[in-house]
Amino acid sequence: MHRTREIESDYFHKVVDCQYACPAHTPVPEYIRMIADGRYSDAYMVNWKSNVFPGILGRTCDRPCEPACRRGRVEAEPVAICRLKRVAADLKSDVSDRMPPPAAASNGKRIALVGCGPASLTVARDLAPLGYQLTIFDKDTKSAGMIRSQIPRFRLPEEVIDEEVGYIAALGGIDMRFGTPVDSLKGLLTEDYDAVFVGSGAPRGRDLDLPGRAEAAANIHIGIDWLSSVSFGHVETIGRRVIVLGGGNTAMDCCRTSRRLGGDDVKVIVRSGFDEMKASPWEKEDAMHEDIPILNFRVPTAFTHENGKLTGVTFEVVEALFDAKGRRKLVPSGDPDEHYECDDVLLAVGQENAFPWIEKDIGVEFDEWEMPKVDKATFQSTLPGVFFGGDAAFGPKNIIWAVAQGHDAAISLHKFCQGEDVAVRPPPGVTLVSQKMGIHEWSYDNDISNDIRYRVPLRDKKEALKSVKVEVELGYDLQQALGEAQRCLNCDVQTVFADKLCIECDACVDICPMDCITFTEDAPDDAGGEADLRGRLSAPAGNLTQDLYVSGKLGTGRVMAKDEDVCLHCGLCAERCPTGAWDMQKFYLDMTYAGADA
Amino acid sequence: MTYILKPQLHHPLLPTNSLGYTRRDYEGSVSTLCAGCGHDSISAAIIQACFELELPPHRVAKLSGIGCSSKTPDYFLGNSHGFNTVHGRMPSVLTGANLANRDLIYLGVSGDGDSASIGLGQFAHAIRRGVNMLYIVENNGVYGLTKGQFSATSDRGSKSKKGVVNTDAGIDMVSLALQMGATFVGRSFSGDKEQLVPLIKAGLAHKGAAFIDCISPCVQFNNHVGSTKSFDYVREHNEAVNTLDVIMPRDPIHVSYKPGESVRVQQHDGSILSLHKIAELYNPANRAQALGYLQARATRGQIVTGLLFVDPEAGDLHDAVGTIDTPLNQLNEAELVPGAAALEKLNAALR
Repeated sequence: MHRTREIESDYFHKVVDCQYACPAHTPVPEYIRMIADGRYSDAYMVNWKSNVFPGILGRTCDRPCEPACRRGRVEAEPVAICRLKRVAADLKSDVSDRMPPPAAASNGKRIALVGCGPASLTVARDLAPLGYQLTIFDKDTKSAGMIRSQIPRFRLPEEVIDEEVGYIAALGGIDMRFGTPVDSLKGLLTEDYDAVFVGSGAPRGRDLDLPGRAEAAANIHIGIDWLSSVSFGHVETIGRRVIVLGGGNTAMDCCRTSRRLGGDDVKVIVRSGFDEMKASPWEKEDAMHEDIPILNFRVPTAFTHENGKLTGVTFEVVEALFDAKGRRKLVPSGDPDEHYECDDVLLAVGQENAFPWIEKDIGVEFDEWEMPKVDKATFQSTLPGVFFGGDAAFGPKNIIWAVAQGHDAAISLHKFCQGEDVAVRPPPGVTLVSQKMGIHEWSYDNDISNDIRYRVPLRDKKEALKSVKVEVELGYDLQQALGEAQRCLNCDVQTVFADKLCIECDACVDICPMDCITFTEDAPDDAGGEADLRGRLSAPAGNLTQDLYVSGKLGTGRVMAKDEDVCLHCGLCAERCPTGAWDMQKFYLDMTYAGADA
Repeated sequence: MTYILKPQLHHPLLPTNSLGYTRRDYEGSVSTLCAGCGHDSISAAIIQACFELELPPHRVAKLSGIGCSSKTPDYFLGNSHGFNTVHGRMPSVLTGANLANRDLIYLGVSGDGDSASIGLGQFAHAIRRGVNMLYIVENNGVYGLTKGQFSATSDRGSKSKKGVVNTDAGIDMVSLALQMGATFVGRSFSGDKEQLVPLIKAGLAHKGAAFIDCISPCVQFNNHVGSTKSFDYVREHNEAVNTLDVIMPRDPIHVSYKPGESVRVQQHDGSILSLHKIAELYNPANRAQALGYLQARATRGQIVTGLLFVDPEAGDLHDAVGTIDTPLNQLNEAELVPGAAALEKLNAALR
């Protein structure tokens, strides 16, 4: 087998599952250790640098890190990474003096940003300290885009949004113009900006054109528009009986908001099966906890109405059939159609991009799905000075994706404005440092906690349902936070092996609690070789996404092969190694942001 | 030593045996020996062997004397019976325990100091009495706990870490065990679990006195150039006479060797030892030949390993003494004190 080259490749980054899965590559174990150490402000700043909105994301992130978490492969549940992020935000002290100072002088470049959501705000955060003059346009009367308009207050209090947008506004050089929709890109381009960033999101909720839609229109609402109206105080009540159509996170927000605005018989009804719903599992749990049933395999066929008023929705009952290729098809089950009575319907069946304000003749090309043609690495459109990011670039995703894309777009905008090649991307900085402090002492806590995942305490249901503005989750208290932080396996503290020092005494093999290490004959350097080697491991992994760490040839002609899959990073291999062939070294990935390579 | 406890979490696919135990359930506390000690590998091999034999941990008794090796029973079989005896006296305590309760499986763990110096007499007599046990000597050829003096098994001419040459002849525990009548004799190396684990399994399954001399490098005091018990030296001079598969009565029999290449020996408990010859002329059923072979190879500087001798028909001390099948510790007062009439009868028989 080819000897593993640790530093040059993504190898060790991949071992840190959470960080690798995070679009912004937030150094998760690093900030969790800081929390365990009581360094909440430091933990907050590590997050702030990477994901810009720790307090917001700590409550609302879609958490791509958690399904990836190694802890979930060695016991029942992953570390509650997201809610620990909130802990850092909740327990920090005043961090305003840690924020970058406003630029000493303007660099003379002006950039227009369309939309004041997470993507644009990230671009502004990255570029303002470099001296750019940034103008942000938004149709809403307040900042933060979908963060404020679509996420209900009982999940995300307004103070948290204001605080974190405030840190960005304080960077200077940013002119936020609310209630100012951009209705012509052509017009904007004539205003002498050096570049334009489009972070206008996916603002159009999909409609459902079924019989009765027009007649009962007064009581059928588009989910994201309705949520926005609730957020801005234009809507304060809803009917007693509500049906939410759709199975994504917007549907969950709609049904839970309805429960707080007078809906006491609220149902979610979805086409697909419960397990295939797009909503995150925890959001479904939260909805069901608030006595909202989720009915699956029901396709709406008509809105029923009487005297111009909605009376209910008719559904065809379906079942899932899978063809030879494993593709799912919903076919009628043969059961009679069902009718559910209701006073209001909320449609949460998807959202779309809409660019009626971008003229077709100015050089920004669109593809067959009416999406702008955007470079996946540089976020540049076909018109060189115009860049896209967030939902506006590649369709609806989550806040953390918008942040990651904002960082990348900011690099491009900076390079573009400085007359550099946007295609040349600065590589991240990588360090690997030994954590050895003494013979059996490490700079991290290597004693593995046996605690199971701590539940986040919730406000009493009766209280929580009284107002749409009362936050449901109370967040971890200090003891729970410290307990949960100890569950992190410190996957960034890597097991690094030096072939030349190994005497093949087997001490590491004997002590490893997870049977990760095998000394065995070498295998050919090809795909078949890896399969062969995997078959000879002391405990072959079920999960093949984690690589094997393979040494060069040792004294006996064998190689050391370590399966990274379920390594606890407990460091016992290094503690029991008599020659220091194993060492625990902290991998740190320093993402490069705009201006850092100058 | 290591400060933290070994994490309880284990590999999600870790197999269980018919008792529902994983290999991890046969572990003990975390070793306090030096990092890299060969003894820890032997402990791991014992854990693996007991797991594979599916031994109920509470049916095993582990006994040891004094020394680095004699500390190891703390590091395996944490749910078994244990007795850490005085220096060199493990064989006697084991003999006594075995007489009192013949139903347990006895594992004696000792070192070269404990068995070849202070306990040499005890060792010899437990072997010659045929106590039903597996006696493992974790042989590193050095007094590690007292910082590196030669032990009685150090080879003449080998060098200490400080450069002193050993002038005394070394005691070969394997030859001694053969001469004392051990009915199962093997030698192995802590760095070769593929050889060691089946040997331990076969030894535990053997009825009678089973002995394994396991060379176990002391990374701290006997792993240098000039040592004859270092990892490098043993790997270079290791001459295995055979490889061994142990097939328990409940196991499906599948043997990877072609017919004629392996010898099968059925032991008292039904276990089958499938021996694959490596050394053409070596016959593990012949005690005299084994002794000669060992001598001849030793003069060439080779360390002979493998299953060196086995007598599958061997009896044990209980057979010789004629004790009843019920363990003595389960007999009640009526059975143990048959009364004056019985004593009278016995006395009369001796007049």
